[in-house]
Amino acid sequence: MTASRKLLLKIKNSLPGWRLIGGPFLFGFLLLLTPLLLMILLSFWTQDYLTLDRTLTVNNYVEVFSHPVYFTLIKRSLNISLMVTISTVLLAFPIAYYISFYGGRRKAILLFLITIPFWTSYLLRIFLWKIILGYNGVINSGLMSLNIIDEPLSFILYNTNAVVLALAHAFAPFAILPIFVSLEKIDRSLLEAGRDLGDSAIRSFFRITLPLAMPGVVAASLIVFIPTIGDYVTPRLVGGTDGLMIANMIQVQFSKANNAPLGAALAIVSLSIVVFISLLFILFNRKYLRRQV
Amino acid sequence: MTKRAPLSLLIFVVIYLVFLYAPVVLLPIFAFNDSAIIAFPLEGFTMRWFWALGEEESLFRALKNSLIIAVSASILSTCFGVLTARAIARHEFLGKRPIFGLIMAPLFLPEIIIGVSILIVLLQLGFSLSIWTVIAGHVLIITPFSVSILTTAFGNMDKSLEEASLDLGENRFGTFRRVILPLVAPGLISSLLIGFTISLDEFVIAFFLTGTDPTLPVYIWSMLRFPSKLPTVMALGFVLLVMSLVLLSLFEYFRRRSEKLTGGYGKTQHHVGQEGE
Repeated sequence: MTASRKLLLKIKNSLPGWRLIGGPFLFGFLLLLTPLLLMILLSFWTQDYLTLDRTLTVNNYVEVFSHPVYFTLIKRSLNISLMVTISTVLLAFPIAYYISFYGGRRKAILLFLITIPFWTSYLLRIFLWKIILGYNGVINSGLMSLNIIDEPLSFILYNTNAVVLALAHAFAPFAILPIFVSLEKIDRSLLEAGRDLGDSAIRSFFRITLPLAMPGVVAASLIVFIPTIGDYVTPRLVGGTDGLMIANMIQVQFSKANNAPLGAALAIVSLSIVVFISLLFILFNRKYLRRQV
Repeated sequence: MTKRAPLSLLIFVVIYLVFLYAPVVLLPIFAFNDSAIIAFPLEGFTMRWFWALGEEESLFRALKNSLIIAVSASILSTCFGVLTARAIARHEFLGKRPIFGLIMAPLFLPEIIIGVSILIVLLQLGFSLSIWTVIAGHVLIITPFSVSILTTAFGNMDKSLEEASLDLGENRFGTFRRVILPLVAPGLISSLLIGFTISLDEFVIAFFLTGTDPTLPVYIWSMLRFPSKLPTVMALGFVLLVMSLVLLSLFEYFRRRSEKLTGGYGKTQHHVGQEGE
Protein backbone atom coordinates (compact mmCIF):
# COMPACT_ATOMS: atom_id res chain seq x y z
CA MET A 1 0.00 0.00 0.00
CA THR A 2 2.68 2.48 1.01
CA ALA A 3 4.79 1.39 -1.92
CA SER A 4 1.98 2.03 -4.37
CA ARG A 5 1.20 5.33 -2.67
CA LYS A 6 4.86 6.32 -3.00
CA LEU A 7 4.71 5.50 -6.69
CA LEU A 8 1.51 7.50 -7.05
CA LEU A 9 3.18 10.46 -5.35
CA LYS A 10 6.19 10.11 -7.64
CA ILE A 11 3.95 10.07 -10.68
CA LYS A 12 2.09 13.11 -9.38
CA ASN A 13 5.37 14.96 -8.85
CA SER A 14 6.47 13.93 -12.32
CA LEU A 15 3.49 15.47 -14.08
CA PRO A 16 4.85 19.04 -14.52
CA GLY A 17 8.08 17.69 -16.03
CA TRP A 18 6.25 15.20 -18.25
CA ARG A 19 3.91 17.90 -19.50
CA LEU A 20 6.91 19.86 -20.79
CA ILE A 21 8.99 17.05 -22.21
CA GLY A 22 6.05 14.97 -23.50
CA GLY A 23 6.06 16.47 -26.99
CA PRO A 24 9.76 16.07 -27.72
CA PHE A 25 9.68 12.61 -26.16
CA LEU A 26 6.74 11.48 -28.27
CA PHE A 27 8.47 12.81 -31.37
CA GLY A 28 11.67 10.91 -30.55
CA PHE A 29 9.61 7.83 -29.72
CA LEU A 30 7.74 7.91 -33.04
CA LEU A 31 10.59 8.97 -35.31
CA LEU A 32 13.62 7.35 -33.71
CA LEU A 33 12.79 4.49 -31.37
CA THR A 34 9.90 3.03 -33.38
CA PRO A 35 11.81 3.24 -36.69
CA LEU A 36 14.88 1.60 -35.13
CA LEU A 37 12.78 -1.22 -33.69
CA LEU A 38 10.94 -1.64 -36.98
CA MET A 39 14.29 -1.75 -38.78
CA ILE A 40 15.36 -4.60 -36.50
CA LEU A 41 12.10 -6.40 -37.27
CA LEU A 42 12.47 -5.79 -41.01
CA SER A 43 15.98 -7.24 -40.95
CA PHE A 44 14.40 -10.58 -39.94
CA TRP A 45 12.00 -10.56 -42.87
CA THR A 46 12.79 -11.27 -46.50
CA GLN A 47 11.82 -9.59 -49.72
CA ASP A 48 11.44 -10.99 -53.20
CA TYR A 49 11.16 -7.99 -55.51
CA LEU A 50 7.96 -6.36 -54.30
CA THR A 51 6.49 -9.01 -52.04
CA LEU A 52 7.55 -8.89 -48.43
CA ASP A 53 7.72 -12.26 -46.65
CA ARG A 54 6.95 -11.67 -42.99
CA THR A 55 8.13 -15.00 -41.63
CA LEU A 56 11.00 -14.47 -39.22
CA THR A 57 14.37 -15.70 -40.43
CA VAL A 58 18.04 -14.94 -39.90
CA ASN A 59 18.81 -15.40 -43.61
CA ASN A 60 19.75 -11.74 -44.09
CA TYR A 61 22.34 -11.95 -41.34
CA VAL A 62 23.67 -15.22 -42.72
CA GLU A 63 24.05 -13.51 -46.07
CA VAL A 64 25.77 -10.47 -44.54
CA PHE A 65 28.32 -12.62 -42.74
CA SER A 66 28.87 -15.26 -45.43
CA HIS A 67 29.05 -13.03 -48.49
CA PRO A 68 32.57 -11.63 -48.92
CA VAL A 69 31.24 -8.42 -50.56
CA TYR A 70 29.50 -7.25 -47.40
CA PHE A 71 32.32 -8.36 -45.15
CA THR A 72 34.86 -6.46 -47.29
CA LEU A 73 32.72 -3.32 -47.25
CA ILE A 74 32.18 -3.42 -43.50
CA LYS A 75 35.87 -4.07 -42.86
CA ARG A 76 36.86 -1.25 -45.20
CA SER A 77 34.38 1.19 -43.65
CA LEU A 78 35.74 0.36 -40.22
CA ASN A 79 39.34 0.74 -41.43
CA ILE A 80 38.68 4.06 -43.14
CA SER A 81 36.75 5.38 -40.18
CA LEU A 82 39.50 4.39 -37.72
CA MET A 83 42.20 5.88 -39.96
CA VAL A 84 40.20 9.10 -40.29
CA THR A 85 39.62 9.27 -36.53
CA ILE A 86 43.27 8.74 -35.64
CA SER A 87 44.68 11.12 -38.24
CA THR A 88 42.07 13.82 -37.61
CA VAL A 89 42.57 13.79 -33.85
CA LEU A 90 46.38 13.61 -34.09
CA LEU A 91 46.47 16.54 -36.51
CA ALA A 92 43.88 18.50 -34.54
CA PHE A 93 45.66 18.27 -31.20
CA PRO A 94 48.64 20.54 -32.00
CA ILE A 95 46.25 23.08 -33.53
CA ALA A 96 44.01 23.12 -30.45
CA TYR A 97 47.16 23.26 -28.30
CA TYR A 98 48.53 26.19 -30.23
CA ILE A 99 45.30 28.17 -29.99
CA SER A 100 44.82 27.43 -26.30
CA PHE A 101 48.42 27.99 -25.13
CA TYR A 102 49.75 30.53 -27.59
CA GLY A 103 46.56 32.13 -28.91
CA GLY A 104 46.59 34.95 -26.38
CA ARG A 105 43.97 37.52 -27.24
CA ARG A 106 43.54 36.17 -30.76
CA LYS A 107 41.89 32.90 -29.67
CA ALA A 108 38.42 33.80 -30.97
CA ILE A 109 39.81 34.97 -34.32
CA LEU A 110 41.93 31.83 -34.69
CA LEU A 111 38.92 29.61 -33.99
CA PHE A 112 36.88 31.59 -36.50
CA LEU A 113 39.71 31.19 -39.05
CA ILE A 114 39.49 27.43 -38.62
CA THR A 115 35.74 27.24 -39.17
CA ILE A 116 35.53 29.49 -42.26
CA PRO A 117 36.28 26.75 -44.83
CA PHE A 118 33.41 24.70 -43.44
CA TRP A 119 30.65 27.15 -44.12
CA THR A 120 29.95 26.08 -47.66
CA SER A 121 28.08 23.01 -48.85
CA TYR A 122 29.47 19.73 -47.47
CA LEU A 123 28.97 18.13 -50.88
CA LEU A 124 31.03 20.82 -52.59
CA ARG A 125 33.84 20.61 -50.05
CA ILE A 126 34.20 16.90 -50.76
CA PHE A 127 33.79 17.48 -54.48
CA LEU A 128 36.58 20.08 -54.46
CA TRP A 129 38.99 17.37 -53.29
CA LYS A 130 38.19 15.58 -56.52
CA ILE A 131 39.33 18.72 -58.35
CA ILE A 132 42.52 18.89 -56.30
CA LEU A 133 43.41 15.21 -56.60
CA GLY A 134 41.97 14.48 -60.06
CA TYR A 135 43.70 13.47 -63.28
CA ASN A 136 43.69 17.07 -64.55
CA GLY A 137 43.54 18.34 -61.00
CA VAL A 138 45.41 21.00 -59.11
CA ILE A 139 48.18 18.73 -57.84
CA ASN A 140 48.80 17.01 -61.16
CA SER A 141 48.75 20.14 -63.29
CA GLY A 142 50.88 21.92 -60.70
CA LEU A 143 53.50 19.20 -60.56
CA MET A 144 53.51 18.88 -64.35
CA SER A 145 53.98 22.59 -64.96
CA LEU A 146 56.91 22.48 -62.55
CA ASN A 147 58.28 19.55 -64.57
CA ILE A 148 58.45 17.35 -61.51
CA ILE A 149 56.36 14.66 -63.17
CA ASP A 150 55.84 13.85 -66.86
CA GLU A 151 52.34 12.41 -66.70
CA PRO A 152 49.52 12.81 -64.18
CA LEU A 153 49.64 10.68 -61.06
CA SER A 154 46.63 8.41 -61.09
CA PHE A 155 47.03 6.86 -57.65
CA ILE A 156 45.96 9.92 -55.67
CA LEU A 157 42.24 9.82 -56.50
CA TYR A 158 39.61 7.08 -56.39
CA ASN A 159 40.97 5.00 -53.55
CA THR A 160 40.71 4.72 -49.80
CA ASN A 161 43.48 7.27 -49.20
CA ALA A 162 41.48 9.93 -51.01
CA VAL A 163 38.46 9.07 -48.85
CA VAL A 164 40.55 9.32 -45.68
CA LEU A 165 42.02 12.66 -46.76
CA ALA A 166 38.66 14.20 -47.65
CA LEU A 167 37.03 12.96 -44.44
CA ALA A 168 39.96 14.08 -42.27
CA HIS A 169 39.43 17.50 -43.78
CA ALA A 170 35.64 17.49 -43.40
CA PHE A 171 35.76 16.61 -39.71
CA ALA A 172 38.71 18.80 -38.70
CA PRO A 173 36.76 21.46 -36.76
CA PHE A 174 34.75 18.78 -34.94
CA ALA A 175 38.01 17.43 -33.56
CA ILE A 176 39.73 20.76 -32.87
CA LEU A 177 36.89 22.35 -30.89
CA PRO A 178 36.39 19.70 -28.14
CA ILE A 179 40.16 19.34 -27.63
CA PHE A 180 40.48 23.12 -27.43
CA VAL A 181 37.71 23.29 -24.81
CA SER A 182 39.37 20.67 -22.61
CA LEU A 183 42.79 22.36 -22.96
CA GLU A 184 41.22 25.64 -21.92
CA LYS A 185 39.95 24.07 -18.71
CA ILE A 186 43.46 23.08 -17.58
CA ASP A 187 44.63 25.10 -14.61
CA ARG A 188 47.84 26.71 -15.85
CA SER A 189 49.31 26.81 -12.35
CA LEU A 190 49.51 23.00 -12.41
CA LEU A 191 51.90 23.24 -15.34
CA GLU A 192 53.98 25.90 -13.62
CA ALA A 193 54.13 23.79 -10.47
CA GLY A 194 55.27 20.81 -12.53
CA ARG A 195 58.00 22.85 -14.17
CA ASP A 196 59.08 24.42 -10.89
CA LEU A 197 59.42 20.98 -9.36
CA GLY A 198 61.79 19.98 -12.11
CA ASP A 199 59.70 18.35 -14.86
CA SER A 200 60.96 18.93 -18.38
CA ALA A 201 58.55 20.47 -20.91
CA ILE A 202 57.94 17.11 -22.55
CA ARG A 203 57.45 15.33 -19.24
CA SER A 204 54.98 17.90 -17.99
CA PHE A 205 53.09 17.63 -21.29
CA PHE A 206 52.69 13.87 -20.93
CA ARG A 207 52.08 13.89 -17.20
CA ILE A 208 49.78 16.91 -16.88
CA THR A 209 48.51 18.39 -20.15
CA LEU A 210 47.66 15.23 -22.05
CA PRO A 211 45.85 13.37 -19.24
CA LEU A 212 43.78 16.47 -18.46
CA ALA A 213 42.99 16.97 -22.15
CA MET A 214 41.83 13.37 -22.57
CA PRO A 215 38.09 14.10 -22.14
CA GLY A 216 38.35 16.38 -25.18
CA VAL A 217 40.36 13.79 -27.10
CA VAL A 218 37.79 11.09 -26.31
CA ALA A 219 34.91 13.36 -27.32
CA ALA A 220 36.70 14.37 -30.53
CA SER A 221 37.39 10.73 -31.42
CA LEU A 222 33.74 9.75 -30.99
CA ILE A 223 32.47 12.82 -32.83
CA VAL A 224 34.65 11.89 -35.81
CA PHE A 225 34.30 8.11 -35.64
CA ILE A 226 30.51 7.77 -35.39
CA PRO A 227 29.45 9.74 -38.49
CA THR A 228 32.39 8.73 -40.71
CA ILE A 229 31.66 5.00 -40.59
CA GLY A 230 28.27 5.69 -42.15
CA ASP A 231 29.42 8.34 -44.61
CA TYR A 232 27.76 8.09 -47.99
CA VAL A 233 28.94 11.11 -49.96
CA THR A 234 32.73 10.92 -49.71
CA PRO A 235 33.20 7.34 -50.97
CA ARG A 236 30.82 8.05 -53.84
CA LEU A 237 32.69 11.19 -54.93
CA VAL A 238 36.36 10.40 -54.35
CA GLY A 239 36.44 6.70 -53.47
CA GLY A 240 36.09 5.09 -56.88
CA THR A 241 35.13 1.42 -56.79
CA ASP A 242 37.90 0.49 -54.34
CA GLY A 243 36.81 3.15 -51.88
CA LEU A 244 33.11 2.37 -51.54
CA MET A 245 31.82 1.95 -48.01
CA ILE A 246 28.94 0.21 -46.28
CA ALA A 247 26.56 3.20 -46.49
CA ASN A 248 26.72 3.00 -50.29
CA MET A 249 25.69 -0.66 -50.13
CA ILE A 250 22.84 0.10 -47.73
CA GLN A 251 21.57 2.76 -50.11
CA VAL A 252 21.77 0.34 -53.07
CA GLN A 253 19.72 -2.25 -51.16
CA PHE A 254 17.00 0.30 -50.53
CA SER A 255 16.87 1.54 -54.12
CA LYS A 256 18.25 -0.41 -57.08
CA ALA A 257 18.56 -3.84 -55.48
CA ASN A 258 15.10 -3.46 -53.93
CA ASN A 259 16.04 -5.57 -50.94
CA ALA A 260 15.12 -3.42 -47.93
CA PRO A 261 15.37 -6.29 -45.42
CA LEU A 262 18.98 -6.97 -46.40
CA GLY A 263 19.67 -3.22 -46.26
CA ALA A 264 18.15 -3.15 -42.78
CA ALA A 265 20.34 -6.06 -41.68
CA LEU A 266 23.43 -4.25 -43.01
CA ALA A 267 22.38 -1.08 -41.18
CA ILE A 268 21.86 -3.03 -37.92
CA VAL A 269 25.26 -4.72 -38.22
CA SER A 270 27.00 -1.37 -38.87
CA LEU A 271 25.11 0.28 -36.02
CA SER A 272 26.08 -2.55 -33.65
CA ILE A 273 29.73 -2.15 -34.62
CA VAL A 274 29.57 1.62 -34.04
CA VAL A 275 27.92 1.19 -30.64
CA PHE A 276 30.27 -1.63 -29.62
CA ILE A 277 33.46 0.25 -30.51
CA SER A 278 32.22 3.51 -28.98
CA LEU A 279 31.36 1.79 -25.69
CA LEU A 280 34.68 -0.06 -25.70
CA PHE A 281 36.49 3.21 -26.30
CA ILE A 282 34.63 4.98 -23.49
CA LEU A 283 35.28 2.06 -21.14
CA PHE A 284 38.95 2.12 -22.05
CA ASN A 285 39.20 5.82 -21.24
CA ARG A 286 36.97 5.70 -18.17
CA LYS A 287 39.63 6.89 -15.76
CA TYR A 288 40.14 10.13 -17.69
CA LEU A 289 36.44 10.83 -17.99
CA ARG A 290 35.64 10.23 -14.34
CA ARG A 291 38.13 12.79 -13.14
CA GLN A 292 36.35 15.53 -15.04
CA VAL A 293 32.99 14.88 -13.41
CA MET B 1 52.34 35.53 -19.90
CA THR B 2 51.86 34.33 -23.48
CA LYS B 3 55.10 32.81 -24.65
CA ARG B 4 56.27 32.45 -28.22
CA ALA B 5 55.26 29.14 -29.78
CA PRO B 6 58.05 26.77 -30.84
CA LEU B 7 58.93 27.21 -34.52
CA SER B 8 58.01 23.61 -35.39
CA LEU B 9 54.51 24.10 -33.97
CA LEU B 10 54.12 27.34 -35.88
CA ILE B 11 55.15 25.69 -39.15
CA PHE B 12 52.70 22.84 -38.50
CA VAL B 13 49.86 25.32 -37.88
CA VAL B 14 50.60 27.11 -41.16
CA ILE B 15 50.69 23.86 -43.15
CA TYR B 16 47.47 22.71 -41.51
CA LEU B 17 45.75 25.98 -42.40
CA VAL B 18 46.83 25.51 -46.03
CA PHE B 19 45.27 22.04 -45.88
CA LEU B 20 42.04 23.44 -44.39
CA TYR B 21 41.75 26.19 -46.98
CA ALA B 22 42.91 24.15 -50.00
CA PRO B 23 39.45 23.14 -51.22
CA VAL B 24 37.64 26.34 -50.38
CA VAL B 25 40.04 28.74 -52.14
CA LEU B 26 39.26 26.88 -55.36
CA LEU B 27 35.62 27.97 -55.15
CA PRO B 28 36.14 31.65 -56.06
CA ILE B 29 38.97 30.73 -58.45
CA PHE B 30 36.77 28.50 -60.60
CA ALA B 31 33.58 30.47 -60.02
CA PHE B 32 35.20 33.46 -61.77
CA ASN B 33 37.24 31.45 -64.29
CA ASP B 34 36.21 31.95 -67.92
CA SER B 35 36.27 28.30 -68.95
CA ALA B 36 33.71 25.52 -68.97
CA ILE B 37 36.33 23.05 -67.74
CA ILE B 38 37.38 22.97 -64.10
CA ALA B 39 41.16 22.76 -64.57
CA PHE B 40 44.33 24.80 -64.64
CA PRO B 41 45.62 26.92 -66.33
CA LEU B 42 43.01 29.62 -65.70
CA GLU B 43 41.40 31.32 -68.71
CA GLY B 44 40.41 34.77 -67.50
CA PHE B 45 37.81 36.56 -65.41
CA THR B 46 34.09 36.19 -65.95
CA MET B 47 30.84 36.71 -64.11
CA ARG B 48 28.84 34.52 -66.47
CA TRP B 49 28.55 31.53 -64.11
CA PHE B 50 26.81 33.76 -61.61
CA TRP B 51 24.41 34.99 -64.32
CA ALA B 52 23.88 31.34 -65.31
CA LEU B 53 22.85 30.66 -61.72
CA GLY B 54 20.00 33.11 -62.16
CA GLU B 55 18.64 31.08 -65.05
CA GLU B 56 18.56 27.75 -63.21
CA GLU B 57 14.87 27.47 -62.46
CA SER B 58 15.18 24.11 -60.71
CA LEU B 59 17.83 25.67 -58.46
CA PHE B 60 15.34 28.22 -57.21
CA ARG B 61 12.73 25.55 -56.64
CA ALA B 62 15.26 23.50 -54.66
CA LEU B 63 16.32 26.60 -52.74
CA LYS B 64 12.69 27.38 -51.93
CA ASN B 65 12.15 23.81 -50.65
CA SER B 66 15.32 23.99 -48.58
CA LEU B 67 14.33 27.34 -47.08
CA ILE B 68 10.84 26.06 -46.17
CA ILE B 69 12.40 22.96 -44.62
CA ALA B 70 15.16 24.84 -42.79
CA VAL B 71 12.81 27.46 -41.35
CA SER B 72 10.18 24.94 -40.21
CA ALA B 73 12.72 22.46 -38.86
CA SER B 74 14.67 25.08 -36.92
CA ILE B 75 11.50 26.58 -35.39
CA LEU B 76 10.11 23.17 -34.43
CA SER B 77 13.36 21.91 -32.94
CA THR B 78 13.84 25.16 -31.04
CA CYS B 79 10.37 24.66 -29.52
CA PHE B 80 11.34 21.09 -28.59
CA GLY B 81 14.63 22.44 -27.25
CA VAL B 82 12.84 24.98 -25.02
CA LEU B 83 10.47 22.33 -23.66
CA THR B 84 13.25 19.82 -23.03
CA ALA B 85 15.67 22.34 -21.51
CA ARG B 86 12.97 23.71 -19.18
CA ALA B 87 11.92 20.22 -18.10
CA ILE B 88 15.50 19.14 -17.44
CA ALA B 89 16.54 22.33 -15.65
CA ARG B 90 13.48 22.89 -13.46
CA HIS B 91 11.77 19.57 -12.84
CA GLU B 92 12.41 16.14 -11.41
CA PHE B 93 10.36 13.36 -13.00
CA LEU B 94 10.32 9.63 -13.53
CA GLY B 95 12.36 8.42 -16.49
CA LYS B 96 14.30 11.69 -16.74
CA ARG B 97 17.53 10.07 -17.89
CA PRO B 98 16.12 7.65 -20.48
CA ILE B 99 13.80 10.31 -21.93
CA PHE B 100 16.66 12.80 -22.16
CA GLY B 101 18.84 10.06 -23.66
CA LEU B 102 16.27 9.32 -26.35
CA ILE B 103 15.99 12.99 -27.31
CA MET B 104 19.80 13.40 -27.50
CA ALA B 105 20.41 10.03 -29.22
CA PRO B 106 20.40 11.29 -32.84
CA LEU B 107 23.68 13.05 -32.00
CA PHE B 108 25.31 9.63 -31.58
CA LEU B 109 23.88 7.83 -34.60
CA PRO B 110 25.22 7.88 -38.15
CA GLU B 111 22.84 9.89 -40.31
CA ILE B 112 22.32 7.07 -42.77
CA ILE B 113 20.85 4.92 -39.98
CA ILE B 114 18.36 7.68 -39.11
CA GLY B 115 17.47 8.25 -42.77
CA VAL B 116 17.00 4.57 -43.54
CA SER B 117 14.97 3.76 -40.41
CA ILE B 118 12.54 6.65 -40.96
CA LEU B 119 12.26 5.62 -44.61
CA ILE B 120 11.27 2.09 -43.55
CA VAL B 121 8.47 3.37 -41.30
CA LEU B 122 7.15 5.74 -43.96
CA LEU B 123 7.14 3.04 -46.61
CA GLN B 124 5.50 0.50 -44.29
CA LEU B 125 2.77 2.94 -43.33
CA GLY B 126 2.28 3.89 -46.95
CA PHE B 127 3.19 7.57 -46.51
CA SER B 128 4.50 9.29 -49.60
CA LEU B 129 7.76 11.22 -49.37
CA SER B 130 7.49 14.99 -49.35
CA ILE B 131 8.89 18.14 -47.82
CA TRP B 132 7.19 17.10 -44.57
CA THR B 133 9.15 13.89 -44.24
CA VAL B 134 12.42 15.81 -44.67
CA ILE B 135 11.30 18.32 -42.04
CA ALA B 136 10.56 15.46 -39.62
CA GLY B 137 14.00 13.94 -40.18
CA HIS B 138 15.73 17.29 -39.74
CA VAL B 139 13.84 18.15 -36.55
CA LEU B 140 15.08 14.85 -35.15
CA ILE B 141 18.76 15.62 -35.77
CA ILE B 142 18.62 19.35 -34.91
CA THR B 143 16.74 19.01 -31.60
CA PRO B 144 19.83 17.75 -29.67
CA PHE B 145 21.74 20.87 -30.76
CA SER B 146 18.85 23.13 -29.72
CA VAL B 147 18.63 21.33 -26.39
CA SER B 148 22.32 21.80 -25.60
CA ILE B 149 22.31 25.48 -26.59
CA LEU B 150 19.12 26.19 -24.64
CA THR B 151 20.16 24.15 -21.60
CA THR B 152 23.12 26.51 -21.30
CA ALA B 153 20.85 29.53 -21.75
CA PHE B 154 18.32 28.32 -19.15
CA GLY B 155 20.98 26.89 -16.85
CA ASN B 156 22.84 30.20 -16.62
CA MET B 157 19.62 32.00 -15.77
CA ASP B 158 19.09 32.98 -12.14
CA LYS B 159 16.02 31.14 -10.82
CA SER B 160 15.34 33.88 -8.27
CA LEU B 161 14.45 36.35 -11.04
CA GLU B 162 11.62 34.08 -12.08
CA GLU B 163 10.50 33.62 -8.47
CA ALA B 164 10.67 37.36 -7.82
CA SER B 165 8.40 38.02 -10.77
CA LEU B 166 5.88 35.43 -9.52
CA ASP B 167 6.04 36.85 -5.98
CA LEU B 168 5.40 40.34 -7.29
CA GLY B 169 2.13 39.18 -8.78
CA GLU B 170 2.97 38.42 -12.39
CA ASN B 171 1.27 35.24 -13.63
CA ARG B 172 3.14 32.32 -15.25
CA PHE B 173 2.61 33.49 -18.79
CA GLY B 174 3.53 37.07 -17.96
CA THR B 175 6.67 35.87 -16.19
CA PHE B 176 7.62 33.81 -19.20
CA ARG B 177 7.02 36.66 -21.61
CA ARG B 178 8.54 39.49 -19.60
CA VAL B 179 11.33 37.84 -17.59
CA ILE B 180 12.37 34.49 -19.06
CA LEU B 181 11.97 35.21 -22.75
CA PRO B 182 14.15 38.35 -22.86
CA LEU B 183 16.88 36.51 -20.94
CA VAL B 184 16.97 33.44 -23.16
CA ALA B 185 16.20 35.30 -26.42
CA PRO B 186 19.86 35.25 -27.56
CA GLY B 187 19.94 31.49 -26.89
CA LEU B 188 16.74 31.06 -28.88
CA ILE B 189 18.17 32.97 -31.81
CA SER B 190 21.41 31.00 -31.85
CA SER B 191 19.40 27.77 -31.66
CA LEU B 192 17.32 28.91 -34.66
CA LEU B 193 20.42 29.89 -36.64
CA ILE B 194 22.32 26.68 -35.90
CA GLY B 195 19.25 24.62 -36.79
CA PHE B 196 18.76 26.58 -39.97
CA THR B 197 22.36 26.08 -41.15
CA ILE B 198 22.39 22.36 -40.28
CA SER B 199 19.14 21.75 -42.14
CA LEU B 200 20.21 23.80 -45.14
CA ASP B 201 23.39 21.73 -45.61
CA GLU B 202 22.10 18.29 -44.62
CA PHE B 203 22.28 15.81 -47.48
CA VAL B 204 21.95 12.14 -46.49
CA ILE B 205 18.62 12.29 -44.64
CA ALA B 206 17.16 14.62 -47.28
CA PHE B 207 18.44 12.25 -50.00
CA PHE B 208 16.52 9.35 -48.44
CA LEU B 209 13.37 11.19 -47.43
CA THR B 210 12.89 13.65 -50.27
CA GLY B 211 10.13 12.97 -52.76
CA THR B 212 9.77 14.81 -56.04
CA ASP B 213 10.80 18.13 -54.48
CA PRO B 214 14.59 18.08 -54.05
CA THR B 215 16.35 20.15 -51.41
CA LEU B 216 19.33 22.32 -52.31
CA PRO B 217 21.98 19.68 -51.40
CA VAL B 218 20.03 16.99 -53.29
CA TYR B 219 19.90 19.35 -56.27
CA ILE B 220 23.67 20.04 -56.03
CA TRP B 221 24.26 16.29 -55.86
CA SER B 222 22.37 15.81 -59.13
CA MET B 223 24.30 18.70 -60.74
CA LEU B 224 27.67 17.14 -59.87
CA ARG B 225 27.03 14.46 -62.48
CA PHE B 226 27.02 16.96 -65.35
CA PRO B 227 30.50 18.34 -66.15
CA SER B 228 28.98 21.27 -68.07
CA LYS B 229 27.18 22.42 -64.93
CA LEU B 230 30.27 22.42 -62.71
CA PRO B 231 31.33 26.09 -63.06
CA THR B 232 27.78 27.11 -62.14
CA VAL B 233 27.97 24.80 -59.12
CA MET B 234 31.23 26.54 -58.12
CA ALA B 235 29.50 29.91 -58.32
CA LEU B 236 26.66 28.53 -56.20
CA GLY B 237 29.16 27.22 -53.64
CA PHE B 238 30.80 30.63 -53.42
CA VAL B 239 27.45 32.35 -52.89
CA LEU B 240 26.60 29.82 -50.15
CA LEU B 241 29.95 30.42 -48.44
CA VAL B 242 29.47 34.19 -48.36
CA MET B 243 25.88 33.87 -47.12
CA SER B 244 26.88 31.38 -44.41
CA LEU B 245 29.62 33.70 -43.17
CA VAL B 246 27.06 36.48 -42.80
CA LEU B 247 24.81 34.11 -40.83
CA LEU B 248 27.76 32.94 -38.74
CA SER B 249 28.67 36.51 -37.81
CA LEU B 250 25.08 37.06 -36.72
CA PHE B 251 25.24 33.88 -34.65
CA GLU B 252 28.46 34.97 -32.99
CA TYR B 253 26.98 38.39 -32.22
CA PHE B 254 23.94 36.86 -30.50
CA ARG B 255 26.03 34.28 -28.67
CA ARG B 256 28.16 37.01 -27.13
CA ARG B 257 25.07 38.98 -26.16
CA SER B 258 23.63 35.82 -24.60
CA GLU B 259 26.79 35.35 -22.53
CA LYS B 260 26.70 38.95 -21.41
CA LEU B 261 23.02 38.91 -20.47
CA THR B 262 22.75 35.61 -18.64
CA GLY B 263 26.23 35.98 -17.13
CA GLY B 264 25.51 39.49 -15.93
CA TYR B 265 22.21 38.60 -14.33
CA GLY B 266 23.08 35.18 -13.07
CA LYS B 267 26.44 35.44 -11.42
CA THR B 268 26.29 38.02 -8.68
CA GLN B 269 23.55 39.65 -6.73
CA HIS B 270 24.55 43.28 -7.16
CA HIS B 271 24.51 42.97 -10.91
CA VAL B 272 20.79 42.38 -10.70
CA GLY B 273 20.41 45.57 -8.77
CA GLN B 274 22.50 47.53 -11.20
CA GLU B 275 20.87 46.35 -14.36
CA GLY B 276 17.28 46.06 -13.15
CA GLU B 277 15.05 48.91 -14.26
